Amino acid sequence: MSASEYERTPGIGDSVRHPEIGERLKRLWESEPGLRGWLTTVDHKKIGLRYIVTAFAFLVIGGIEALIFRLQLSWPNRHVLTPEQYDQLFSTHGMTMIFLYALPILSGFSNYLWPLVLGARDMALPRLNALSYWIYLFSGIFLYAAFIAGFGPNDGWFNYVPYAARAFNGGPNIDFYSLGMVLFGMSTTVGAINFVVTFLRMRAPGMSINRVPMITWGTVTANAGNLFAVPSVSLAFFMLWLDRNAGTHFFDVPGGGQPLLWQHLFWMFGHPWVYAIVLPAMGMVSEALPVFCRRPLVGYTAVALATVATMVLGFGVWVHHMFATGLPPIALSFFSAASIIIVVPSAVGVFAWIATIWLGKPVFATPFLFFAGFILLFTMGGVSGYMTGSLPVDWQLTDTYFVVAHLHYVLIGINVFPVVGATYYWFPKFTGKLMDERLGRWNFWTMFLGFNLGFFPMHVSGLLGMPRRIYTYADGMGWDWLNLITTVGGFVFATGVLLFLINVVISHRRGRPAGDNPWDSPSLEWATTSPPPPYNFAVIPTVASRYPLWEDRMPRSVRESATEAGLVLDHGREAVGTGPLDAQPDIILKMPSDTIVPFVLALMLTVLFVGLVLHWWWLAVLGLLGTGAAALVWLWPRAELGETAEAKSG
Amino acid sequence: MIFVVFTEGALFAYLLFSYYYLAVQPHTPGSFPEGGPPEFTLAAPNTIILLLSSAAVAWAQFGIEHGSKWRLVWGLGAGTLLGIVFLAVQYFEWAEKKFSLPSSTYSALYFVVTGFHMAHVLLGVLMLAALTLWSALGYFNRFRYAHVHIGALYWHFVDVVWLAVFFTFYVTPHLGLSA
Repeated sequence: MSASEYERTPGIGDSVRHPEIGERLKRLWESEPGLRGWLTTVDHKKIGLRYIVTAFAFLVIGGIEALIFRLQLSWPNRHVLTPEQYDQLFSTHGMTMIFLYALPILSGFSNYLWPLVLGARDMALPRLNALSYWIYLFSGIFLYAAFIAGFGPNDGWFNYVPYAARAFNGGPNIDFYSLGMVLFGMSTTVGAINFVVTFLRMRAPGMSINRVPMITWGTVTANAGNLFAVPSVSLAFFMLWLDRNAGTHFFDVPGGGQPLLWQHLFWMFGHPWVYAIVLPAMGMVSEALPVFCRRPLVGYTAVALATVATMVLGFGVWVHHMFATGLPPIALSFFSAASIIIVVPSAVGVFAWIATIWLGKPVFATPFLFFAGFILLFTMGGVSGYMTGSLPVDWQLTDTYFVVAHLHYVLIGINVFPVVGATYYWFPKFTGKLMDERLGRWNFWTMFLGFNLGFFPMHVSGLLGMPRRIYTYADGMGWDWLNLITTVGGFVFATGVLLFLINVVISHRRGRPAGDNPWDSPSLEWATTSPPPPYNFAVIPTVASRYPLWEDRMPRSVRESATEAGLVLDHGREAVGTGPLDAQPDIILKMPSDTIVPFVLALMLTVLFVGLVLHWWWLAVLGLLGTGAAALVWLWPRAELGETAEAKSG
Repeated sequence: MIFVVFTEGALFAYLLFSYYYLAVQPHTPGSFPEGGPPEFTLAAPNTIILLLSSAAVAWAQFGIEHGSKWRLVWGLGAGTLLGIVFLAVQYFEWAEKKFSLPSSTYSALYFVVTGFHMAHVLLGVLMLAALTLWSALGYFNRFRYAHVHIGALYWHFVDVVWLAVFFTFYVTPHLGLSA
């Protein structure tokens, strides 16, 4: 076996003059039809859409939960729900929105869009991508199976001990929550690895680090952060499970443990997580907003650096969730200062977006409305966060509805509004059809007004002293009308979301045909068809600027990017690997074909967790062995992936 | 795999954070570490065994880079065996302990942290065993050995983490971190 067999100069082709290149690639990359193809596909576009649909389903479920308990809270002394039902509903609502919706929806968009905006054929690790989705789906089912059986989490989404300890919470509720979260954490972790590797390795030749599309900056930063944050919460939940099931003493004082350890571990994860579920959404806005301002983003470098700086600082502010726990003043001062300083990098984006609108020629299409609404809501949520970063204010407001208002301004403002705007923007790429613009405006204004009507009064009820997480309240506290307004606003907001879903369904059926690039956008995903073919690009694009598709209106000297002619790579499923900084092509990557193994591995892992939660140890052992067997099959060296000595030249 | 190492490294950082956090809380004298600082008798030689296994695996890696398949097979095989010896010695050390998992906060930390490490060693041993088998089947040569590199990276990581665990549990009680 000589070295030369592994070396091959890939052919250069012109996809316009030679359409048969696309035909050949289609046969190589297309998934099988039917159930088998559905379970085995590793196509990032299919996985991305599954993520999006699943996450939206969880958004709807979590929203319905919220509407039910808003009915309970709409007026004093109501009895729509019992206290236990209320506890489970608000905890499950938090779990659903923060874990099962907020990150997966962003992973869905990134999964679908990354290879397209980077000019690649797929994510770096397609099988891992499929695994990440299946574990996410199974962990969601695992958590909801418990909820449907009446054993949903009942101690809030951050699940403080001692309420979550066996002595005060005897049912299996917290066991399901704990193990479900460990399982979900695995999905997040493998997904995060995939994003980071893809960012470093899969960019089109010439797409140097200062030319990557803004959407990737948010996602890669968030996922690099997740790699370091998620182990903390998985460990905390595992320790809690041991405390509850094996009699260990990590968190109980009589046994020598310390309840505050839970809070530390939870928030060392929790605060970076907040940035993980907003930074990718901010990246989507930085990507799409300039298209509607008809100019490049103002301050690309500043926004990219600020994104990374926010994440790094985000690891140093977790104690601001614990200001009221009696920690030493020196620690509190440090974390208060850090929480206030983090406003600086967070605000860089806001000024960049405003400047982009200011200096551009805004087109007031529906996506623009959502992005502009996002800037306003982000600013309001940022200011209330800045307020609670200050110790005396936090001591006054902690555990009140003010904090509830703040976190919803942040999460709905910075996650849901950009996501809905992004759906309007990229729906044409996903389906080849435009969404309805008139319904879109109704959709925006209903959501925007309903949201502010619902959540702004929470600031006031918080200032008036209404504690969060109470299942009802006495009349005469001055909270009655505020709560009624909040409930009405909540229903208006939900109507807005319903209009959005109706628009998606109608436009999917009979939307106007979109064409390849309906918004006249500058990035590579618009260079291919809508929807894209299974192989994304017939030839690998070459990139010479930040805005490849806008080069025709730039000075002649930058007109160098190529999307019609480039590397062909058609000896099996192949992609090109490029260097992390300059994106110089250095290797032909052999990409795996469709396989059932990720599905089986995720299923076996779930069997393991079902065995653990039910104490059916034989089942847990079965799941463990199954997981190991699937991993062995997955990793067995394969000639067609160039992993073994007998590999033929690819 | 380097990112798996990063995230697993973070996991152990949080485990050891938990240890130190709980170690500095007030304890009744003699209860942290429970029964006094753990003995070096088994742990010190065992540390050397683990380091030797890393050296064996590195010897195999350099071997295949120069095209030596026998060094690859024997180095990986030796690494696997030394890993198994480490697990056996750890098992004896566990069996000797006079406390069990639910005894105290210290016992929970001891068994969970070393248990997490043993689980990683076990996973590493399984990886090395698979790599030994694949090497014996002649799957790798001096151009194609990515699997070996990836598995070895994990194994070296597991060994380095042990040094942190060893320092925390066996050395710091002598440096004043005990009640």
